[in-house]
Amino acid sequence: MTDSLNLNKEMLFTAVKQAFVKLDPRVQVKNPVMFIVMVGAVITTVFFIRELVSGAMQEGWFELQIALWLWFTVLFANFAEALAEGRGKAQAQALRKTRTNTFAKKIIGNDREKVLASSLRKGDIVFVEPGDIIPSDGEIIEGAASVDESAITGESAPVIREAGGDKTSVTGGTKLLSDWLKIRITANQGETFLDHMISLVEGAKRQKTPNEIALTILLVGLTIIFLVAVATIEPFAIYSSTEISVAVLIALLVCLIPTTIGGLLSAIGIAGMDRLLRHNVLAMSGRAVEAAGDIDALLLDKTGTITLGNRMAVKFIPAPDVSTEELADAAQISSLSDETPEGRSIVVLAKQLYNIRQRNMEELQARFIPFSAQTRMSGVDIGNTEIRKGAMDAVRSYIENQGATLPDQVQTDCEQIAQDGGTPLVVAEKNRVLGTIYLKDVVKGGIKERFNELRRMGIKTVMITGDNPLTAATIAAEAGVDDFLAEATPETKLNLIRDYQDKGMLVAMTGDGTNDAPALAQADVGVAMNSGTQAAKEAGNMVDLDSNPTKLIEVVEIGKQLLMTRGSLTTFSIANDVAKYFAILPAIFVTAYPPLAILNIMNLSTPKSAILSAVIFNALIIIALIPLALRGVKYKPLGANIILRKNLLIYGLGGIIIPFIGIKIIDMILVLLRLN
Amino acid sequence: MLKDMILFLLFFLVLFLLARPLGKYISKVFTGEKTCFDKIMRPIEKIIYKLVGIDENQEMTWRQYAAAVIWFHVFSFLAIFLTELFQGNLPLNPANEGNVSWDLALNTAVSFITNTNWQAYSGESTMSYFTQMTELAVHNFLSAATGISIAIVLIRGLTRKTTKLLGNYWVDMVRGTLWVLLPLSIILSLIFVEQGSIQNFASYVSAATIEGGTQTIAMGPVASQEAIKLLGTNGGGFFGANSAHPFENPTALANFLQALAIFLIPASLLFTLGRMVKDKKQGHAILAAMTILFVLFLGIIYVSEYYGNPNVAALGINGSNVMEGKELRFGLSGTTLFSAVTTAASCGAVNAMFDSFTPIGGMIPMLQIMLGEIIFGGVGSGLYGMLVYVLLSVFIVGLMVGRTPEYLGKKIESHEMKMVMLAVLIPAICILFGSAVAASTDAGMSATNNNGPHGLTEMLYAYASCTGNNGSAFGGLNANSTFYNITLAAAMLLGRFGVILPILAIAGSLAKKKISPVGAGTFQTHGLLFIVLLCAVVLIVGALTFLPALALGPIAEHLLMLQGQLY
Repeated sequence: MTDSLNLNKEMLFTAVKQAFVKLDPRVQVKNPVMFIVMVGAVITTVFFIRELVSGAMQEGWFELQIALWLWFTVLFANFAEALAEGRGKAQAQALRKTRTNTFAKKIIGNDREKVLASSLRKGDIVFVEPGDIIPSDGEIIEGAASVDESAITGESAPVIREAGGDKTSVTGGTKLLSDWLKIRITANQGETFLDHMISLVEGAKRQKTPNEIALTILLVGLTIIFLVAVATIEPFAIYSSTEISVAVLIALLVCLIPTTIGGLLSAIGIAGMDRLLRHNVLAMSGRAVEAAGDIDALLLDKTGTITLGNRMAVKFIPAPDVSTEELADAAQISSLSDETPEGRSIVVLAKQLYNIRQRNMEELQARFIPFSAQTRMSGVDIGNTEIRKGAMDAVRSYIENQGATLPDQVQTDCEQIAQDGGTPLVVAEKNRVLGTIYLKDVVKGGIKERFNELRRMGIKTVMITGDNPLTAATIAAEAGVDDFLAEATPETKLNLIRDYQDKGMLVAMTGDGTNDAPALAQADVGVAMNSGTQAAKEAGNMVDLDSNPTKLIEVVEIGKQLLMTRGSLTTFSIANDVAKYFAILPAIFVTAYPPLAILNIMNLSTPKSAILSAVIFNALIIIALIPLALRGVKYKPLGANIILRKNLLIYGLGGIIIPFIGIKIIDMILVLLRLN
Repeated sequence: MLKDMILFLLFFLVLFLLARPLGKYISKVFTGEKTCFDKIMRPIEKIIYKLVGIDENQEMTWRQYAAAVIWFHVFSFLAIFLTELFQGNLPLNPANEGNVSWDLALNTAVSFITNTNWQAYSGESTMSYFTQMTELAVHNFLSAATGISIAIVLIRGLTRKTTKLLGNYWVDMVRGTLWVLLPLSIILSLIFVEQGSIQNFASYVSAATIEGGTQTIAMGPVASQEAIKLLGTNGGGFFGANSAHPFENPTALANFLQALAIFLIPASLLFTLGRMVKDKKQGHAILAAMTILFVLFLGIIYVSEYYGNPNVAALGINGSNVMEGKELRFGLSGTTLFSAVTTAASCGAVNAMFDSFTPIGGMIPMLQIMLGEIIFGGVGSGLYGMLVYVLLSVFIVGLMVGRTPEYLGKKIESHEMKMVMLAVLIPAICILFGSAVAASTDAGMSATNNNGPHGLTEMLYAYASCTGNNGSAFGGLNANSTFYNITLAAAMLLGRFGVILPILAIAGSLAKKKISPVGAGTFQTHGLLFIVLLCAVVLIVGALTFLPALALGPIAEHLLMLQGQLY
């Protein structure tokens, strides 16, 4: 268990220590269910001390055992929480190391002054050179540079940050590797991204999420019901001419109230945030993680998310009287020295289709003509042969200058390609048009499967693009998104989100640009790319450190896992009560009405061992379920009903059956140890 | 036995056949669609609004609605209370009944405004015709109409979006009475009269018996009160013997119709729900869950009574011959069906005394009440009570599919959970706390007829019956004492308004929310899985609370009976 949960001995040791520290009533009272258990433990201990003083050790020995196990129950719950926090703390420690007290080169007028990084205020402007640690969060106002962000992302490959555009933000604590930057500081000390991250992973600022609050209300309600049910047993028992000791009643109470989920609830929440962080996503609040599980619609940018961002050659369409091989051959040779992704894709396609191999340009004495803004064509000159490729208009004027005309068929082909959402590239050899290369916006491999997965989760995917509707529709169909927004502007994005929200849907969106900021703020879950602008990062409620837009799928899964784990353990906890009743009720009522012994269906050895077994089971199950609470119940996108049926079988039915077996085994062990 | 099964099957067949169109009709009444009674009722309705000055188009927020409900009940309480205190000086009192004592008057007034109809008195020897007709019978209508109104408000909360308005209490109550309860009662009363029920203002008749003694035979306007007693799940009999009395429940056919009348509106309201939320399956699913639970409980009662008390069986009396505690005219099936129905629904009319049933046969009716009167339940209250369990199930289990729990597209959040827990907590605490006090005080214990577990059952039953607004008596408990009159009145009030107010609050907060669309990730609240789940949650959450008390009462008694020890 320790391996998969990334625990080490030190963390376990700290958690044990913390479990005792958390016995502080001021801490316990925040968890009403466990607070009741602690009160029960205190009362039972007092009773034990009373028996100890009066010498009634027959009764006292039993009370001691009950008291001990009640204390264990509280400690186990504290341990679970401490363990969850501990994992975050270890991470925070690593982060804190990067926040060394560095100096910054502050620009004042024309001078640079060396100041302490901690003295920087919002609006200050600093200069950063290679080897410098960027002193605080900021926005680049001048320069471009490569930055090592491994301190926060764990990713060692350097990233490019530059003024203007969507990659202007830098994070305090990261390191400049090359060139220089002029940065405007955007956060005061203590409010930086890193500070925020540290406090989040430490759980210091943890607030209960809405669903956690609702669940706590349910648990408190159940606790009150059982409190009344147990408290009224005494008068009923006295009426039935028997008396039940307070220790036994407390034991029954603790067994009935939902201690399993009550003890693990906060650990589940902390572990959820932590899991997110392991995926390099930083959630600004637990509320956002929870909302992620409820997402109904997901808005994704086309470029870089759904498509590779580059157009690729997919087909050669020859002009009349030209063979496809000839076209492919010419296209390949003209692209051999073309280092653009389009050019490379033509070479690859020619090889795939016609096995046209690499040729040595020098042997051919070929001269590469790179793309220029004037000709809007690129190509190659081999001796007298000129091969050119470019947009239809460019090639048309090229051959018309040589007195030829563009064949009608080629024009039709080009129009057809444009209509299909592609880009035509016409190839000509001198004044002869050879044909058209079909360049296509290529959808990322595996993306269709991911969208299918989302669909099975019940999430609608919407592609956002600046393309015209025709192109957008083609790509949308190919990528398998449910809907698309073409010719998108910040306003249309915002309106689309509002429309969905009015229909009662929860919307998630990813973005990186400043023009995405309004939409990110409006979305229920806004994931900003870490590479994006400061405005985008501030508008969203999550930041993806890897800047990977499909990460949202993992975020949704983690949100769902969080809720599922809570629900499953709640169900388990409540279902457990059946067996515990069957253990304790006959034990406590058998003196009043001996025939009630028939309810002792587990055939537990004595009333005392029955009660003790139930209490011990109740305590141990918390420990047993800690791994599940930290790891979360596995989520598979199978549709609500199948998931429910599976979890109900495991946690509902299992929750009824398992304690019967567990309590019986514990009872047998107690008999063996002669503790009954 | 086969005959009995046929009777039970026939009961459900007729019930569902009638409930379907009635449910549709009720939804029309409350959504303002055209109905066949508009011509007659609409003018009457308008006159009522004019007389009391109500603007029927003015809708209320949940707080306004709750305030209207409370004020109306305060006023109703005073009317019944004062009438009883001074009935000796009021007209229509041929039997010369005296003024009712203050504590009994208080208990009865509370009992009738809360749709409980717990009767710590015998009608024929305590209440004047005036009291019975102008107060008790009137509130049989109004309390039932209130129940329907609250259920409708909750449905509105589920179907409306982003609004604070939930309808007008006065309009809902008037329409519920005029369009639903009144026509049905008139039809049913006439059938009862045809079957032999009496309807007169005559003085009591004195008759000479065969043994030579004299017997006073009570008279009165029985049939008219009878119909609403059942249709409104009120249960307050004209006579102390209730539906075991031949003037109230004259024939086997009447008995069948009585049981049917109890379930009629509660079952119909599920079709109303389905139609109003525009998804019939939602109503069917809840109806199915109720039916499954009911069949389970009816089966237990039937089997328990069929096999009866082994100590009696040892004397050679067993099978259908075991008539201990049963009305001879209706037999085993007619009695068990009626008993199961009257306690599943919060009616409380009885044609037998559970006191004489086997311990298990008596426990099940009590358990049905303890569950919160949600298996069909009271008129309106059964639906909103069951919806509380639906919300609870959806919350616990809905989390397991990895979404914030939602019901019919409405997210169930902390405010709803708070109210749901209150609606579950308050009745449970009332029953347990009340009977615990009774079991530990002389005032409580001196009223029981029996000692041991049976006595405990009698006390438990009284508080369950009052809290659940059922009103039936287990028998054997002399409940007309100041202690019981007051504590049980408190139980009735808490059991009624401790649920109604949270329900209104839930409706208010649901109405404000948007409705999320259904998707592949949404947990479906119809289908077999949900039905089974709902039943399980009702049984586990509802029943586990009472298991210790039941173990010391009927379960202990049952086990002791098997060993030959009787109470």
